Amino acid sequence: MIPMLIRRLLLGAVTVWIVSIIIFAGVEILPGDACTAFLERDAKGQLLENCREEQGLNRPAMERYVSWASGAVRGDFGTSIGGDQSIAEMVGLRVKLSLMLAMGALIGGVPLAIFLGVVTGLWRDRPLDVFLSTAAIFAMTIPEFISATILILIFSIWLGWVPGIVITPADAPVLDFFPEFILPIVVLGMVMTAHIMRMVRSSVIEVMASDYVQMATLKGVPFRRIVFRHVLPNALLPAINVVALTVAWLLGGVVVVEMVFNYPGLGRMMVDAISDRDLPVVQAIAMIVATTYVCVNLTADLMTMILNPRLRTLYMRSK
Amino acid sequence: MSDIALPRIARPGRMRRMGTVLRDMASSPSGMIGLALVAAHLVMALISPLIVPFDYKAMDSGMVLTGPTGTHLLGTDHLGRDVFTRVLMGGREALLVTGIATPFAMLWGGMMGILLGLAGGRLDEVMMRVVDAFLSLPWILKLLVLVMTFGNGMMVIIPTLGFFYGIPVIRVARAATHGVVARDFVLAAKARGHSRFSIIRRELLPNVLDTLMVEGAMRWSWMLLAFSSLSFLGFGTSPPTPDWGLMISESRVYMPLSPWGVLGPMVALSSLIIGINLSADALAKAMGIDRARKAVV
Repeated sequence: MIPMLIRRLLLGAVTVWIVSIIIFAGVEILPGDACTAFLERDAKGQLLENCREEQGLNRPAMERYVSWASGAVRGDFGTSIGGDQSIAEMVGLRVKLSLMLAMGALIGGVPLAIFLGVVTGLWRDRPLDVFLSTAAIFAMTIPEFISATILILIFSIWLGWVPGIVITPADAPVLDFFPEFILPIVVLGMVMTAHIMRMVRSSVIEVMASDYVQMATLKGVPFRRIVFRHVLPNALLPAINVVALTVAWLLGGVVVVEMVFNYPGLGRMMVDAISDRDLPVVQAIAMIVATTYVCVNLTADLMTMILNPRLRTLYMRSK
Repeated sequence: MSDIALPRIARPGRMRRMGTVLRDMASSPSGMIGLALVAAHLVMALISPLIVPFDYKAMDSGMVLTGPTGTHLLGTDHLGRDVFTRVLMGGREALLVTGIATPFAMLWGGMMGILLGLAGGRLDEVMMRVVDAFLSLPWILKLLVLVMTFGNGMMVIIPTLGFFYGIPVIRVARAATHGVVARDFVLAAKARGHSRFSIIRRELLPNVLDTLMVEGAMRWSWMLLAFSSLSFLGFGTSPPTPDWGLMISESRVYMPLSPWGVLGPMVALSSLIIGINLSADALAKAMGIDRARKAVV
């Protein structure tokens, strides 16, 4: 168990390290650097030289990578080119706001998804299942900007219940975003709920068809006990990984949703930074998002391993 | 030795098998709807320039943001352009871009995955970490950085989509190869001294192809989603080309006055993506692959 754990942690660390190389090399290879972007693309001569000198862009790539990466490990991403502000501070504020959206979607979505998944799985092919499964396909496949626009049209333009656009500035206290964050959370939650529900449904169906559930039914075990003792523990285990993957999806999908609602989160900051060619900020955001992705997946794998007695002994025997 | 007549086992030809799979797909109502939607969109993309009632870029300042009328079936947009015409033509660019980029992604990702699955060892280990690293970056970041740097021409967007969407295919193809590579018939081919190329072509590819087909359908729908999202954000198609994502973002502001400018393209884009997904589900079922287990990414 312990060697397995160490191995997984090491692999995760290696992945993050490769990500850092990709991000750094990507910015290196693309034409232009932070200074040409800041001073407009055709800047030449002394001004450009001074800027490069000041930003330390004249040093060899290797040296800059080491100083960037070692800063990133300590949570120091340098200062933004345009604003002379600490990137870590700027990004931190936005991370908090995006996290709030993601947490809202997760807290509302995961229990609902599990409940719906179990219900549709147990009563498969009944009208309720057909209805919910179809709705799930719609929720999963329709682009976020479309579902967001539909919700805005219905709930803020026609009914006028909730605001359809966020106007609170990024540095306002978190609670000021109520009720503006309701619609973004609903949009994110819908997609996520649909994915997890489908997964839970399919594993409930699989477990219900298994020998041990049939055995329990034949023994005369009450239905409720079968569901709670036999089906749920086995069916929910695979859901952990899907939740992890949807969290990863949230990190990317949140960009479009934030743009639609003008929500000042990490995603909008990323698009703005790319438009402004504020490369240090882009690098910082990419690094944070990728590291989160790796950590979430690692946690999910480890949780599945710890919670599943069969996997646990399997790994112990193979070691 | 060669004159020993081996009993020939009748194998259905490739075309016959395609026919069976299509019939299987169409046998369920959802598969039927999916195939019909995809087919309708493909036909519309081909013939729409011939049948649309108006010029897609003709503006009429006297007819701005009107509701549906007899001449303008879905009304007009904020520049007085006919929404119906633009909805019918709005999928052409997206279908062209994704129609080229999807096979490209499947081809390079699939080949790479099969080779890595067959090779195994250290190279495989290292490459999979690189794949993981690429997958951990959000898709929109990768696309936006390239589009912002090199422009939003098709010559940029097609290779970009093809490259990035091929990376997850590597993983799928590799896993599928692992499922086959230890089977007896591959060992037998190795024992007979077949070349690596012949093993890939005759033993691995036919067995991995089913999985790749289903994966390809899914990649297609995700690419469409990505391309329309880029257009919606203003980084995909440039105006005045009619494109659903772009139309939605342009007409969104005028939603309170006239919702038709957004509703039309929304229905069109959603029906295409849903059609592809239903078809992919039906294809997976026809080939015996459980798709609900597939990840989101």
